[in-house]
Amino acid sequence: MKKIQVYDPALCCSTGVCGVDADQALISFSADVEWARQQGAQIERFNLAQQPIAFAENQIVKAFLEHSAEDGLPLILLDGAIILSGRYPSRTELASWINILPPDAAKPAKSCCSGRNCC
Amino acid sequence: MLRPKLLLTTIKLTMVFLKQPPRFLFFTGKGGVGKTSIACATAMQLADDGKRVLLVSTDPASNVGQVFGVTIGNQITAISAMERLFALEIDPQAAAQIYRDRIVGPVRGILPESVVKSIEEQLSGACTTEIAAFDEFTSLLTDTALHARFDHIVFDTAPTGHTIRLLQLPGAWSSFIEEGKGDASCLGPLAGLLKQRTQYKEAVDALAAPLHTRMVLVSRAQNATLQEVARTSQELAAIGISQHYLVINGLLPESETRHDDLAKAIFAREQAALSAMPEILKALPCDHLTLKSFNLVGLDALRQLLTENVPQQLPERDQPITINAPGLSSLVDEIAADSHGLIMFMGKGGVGKTTLAAAVAVELAKRGFPTHLTTTDPAAHLTGTLTGRVENLTVSRIDPEVETDRYRQQVLDTKGAQLDAEGFALLQEDLRSPCTEEIAVFQAFSRIIREADKKFVVIDTAPTGHTLLLLDATGAYHREVSRQAGKEGLHDVTPMMQLQDPKQTKVLIVTLAETTPVLEALNLQADLRRAGIEPWAWIINNSIAAAPCLGSNLLKQRALNEVSEIDAVAHHYATRYAVIPLMKEEPVGQQNLHHLIQT
Repeated sequence: MKKIQVYDPALCCSTGVCGVDADQALISFSADVEWARQQGAQIERFNLAQQPIAFAENQIVKAFLEHSAEDGLPLILLDGAIILSGRYPSRTELASWINILPPDAAKPAKSCCSGRNCC
Repeated sequence: MLRPKLLLTTIKLTMVFLKQPPRFLFFTGKGGVGKTSIACATAMQLADDGKRVLLVSTDPASNVGQVFGVTIGNQITAISAMERLFALEIDPQAAAQIYRDRIVGPVRGILPESVVKSIEEQLSGACTTEIAAFDEFTSLLTDTALHARFDHIVFDTAPTGHTIRLLQLPGAWSSFIEEGKGDASCLGPLAGLLKQRTQYKEAVDALAAPLHTRMVLVSRAQNATLQEVARTSQELAAIGISQHYLVINGLLPESETRHDDLAKAIFAREQAALSAMPEILKALPCDHLTLKSFNLVGLDALRQLLTENVPQQLPERDQPITINAPGLSSLVDEIAADSHGLIMFMGKGGVGKTTLAAAVAVELAKRGFPTHLTTTDPAAHLTGTLTGRVENLTVSRIDPEVETDRYRQQVLDTKGAQLDAEGFALLQEDLRSPCTEEIAVFQAFSRIIREADKKFVVIDTAPTGHTLLLLDATGAYHREVSRQAGKEGLHDVTPMMQLQDPKQTKVLIVTLAETTPVLEALNLQADLRRAGIEPWAWIINNSIAAAPCLGSNLLKQRALNEVSEIDAVAHHYATRYAVIPLMKEEPVGQQNLHHLIQT
């Protein structure tokens, strides 16, 4: 199965409680990741505030940060190549990348617009 | 010669909190109540009694080295003047910096500068400092070799309930400490922890074991401070840390009230605060320590702190203390010259922010400027009396508890909805962090600050630089305000820009003329500067030195001690400043508030 790596922006308290607005996209994505993992998907997540080394060690991620800074995050790699940036994928997108059945029967993901820069 | 010796021992052990002391003694209370001095005196007393003692100070203004005439620092150092006494200083700011470096250091110069800065800011909150300090405590609480060396370890501070609960939550650990991986539900402040989870668990367990640990709550006889101590006591009890002792420090002795009206008023106020003390505190074993005229430096002075019977050596001072400091009216003159703007008062709890905000607002209104005073004053006793009484003045109130609850509920309902039990518990704990209240309150205030382009808006609180930077970094704050302003068309100015512009916003730092409060104010100033906000002025409130003609020698001496603090603020810390005398009557109501300006 294909491997997904998610590079999250820096977050202070859990999931941006510090923000003025709770970020629904982020929380929905967490649920989607959990769902995909249960389907056998291999997904890794890295938080810039906790594991900056993971960002520095990956040449693609490092180059991406130099180009678009933190605003471009999250960055999602599929088997080491960029597949999405600036927002989190929907559950359907996740499913299609790793070739598992689209989650028609499952609860639809609430993740809507562009990652943490919306909602 | 057995009798005199016994007698001596009885005098020495009058303090209730020193009876049958366990291995760990913690002193907790807000800055400036005298925790470090009491901890020093306690450590000395125990060493005098033949115990081997380690004194641990995390006071950012730590003068433990100065007190004992030794350079201490971050390693266990023998106090040469005292047998069996050792000390260790932990600088929480430095600990937090080391902690940050551990995470950020490896990527500095590798990742873009802006990215590195953002990570650093995430790790610059009060939570990080606290967790970093606890990290340092952990080995002291769990190292058995150290326990073989010392009978008692005395700490001049204690971890907060928030920190302890965070470390107790299994969800806090599962994600990165054990798997080495972060998750969306992150805990920035815990990311740099080095030790094994079992070690933190042991440390937390040691704290909750009454046979090992005693928590001594230190307070002054002031309503606000006692309320805060009651909250701390409740919070600690809720996580299984009971066995609290109470020390009321700095009480003015009745003997001082004879020739001094101010002393009389202070005495009455303190006694009233003691009898109105929350029930939960009244039930605790309690010690009273009287105000000392001398500075608590040197072994002899410290020995006297816990021994009440020693007569105080008071130098007769005929020369009155004169401090040529500007009063509040000079600041108000300058504020009024702009005819509108946002005026924010900032400082630790209990320094009198609400009173000063109200005084300035009333004065501006009296001078004919439309003024909106917004306060977080929980009792509303101060500002409640002003509504409709002063022309040009509107008063509104934001209840921090209500705002915070609303915010918490909103986050839990939305974000928490899809979390598992552990994740939900973690989110709940994050929402109990001190930042949450600050954000919730500021969110409520942000609806009002736009009015400041037409009139004066006076607010008795301000967000810290850390919070502002976080809100600004996520852009969330900007969006929030844009949304609110949206209907009347978008302003080009973000609230962050509004706060940074000295023409639009003035931040006034409120403090007291004592070492720790001044140091805390200095930290607030540094924090604001990091966010590009230059505090406009400092106000030293409740100054004894600025109060007229003192008959009490004790107060005279305290006044003299204030002079160097006032001097440092005037010449080194503040661009402009004012000193407000301690008032005989609590400045409540229009008339008394007006007096504050006049003095």
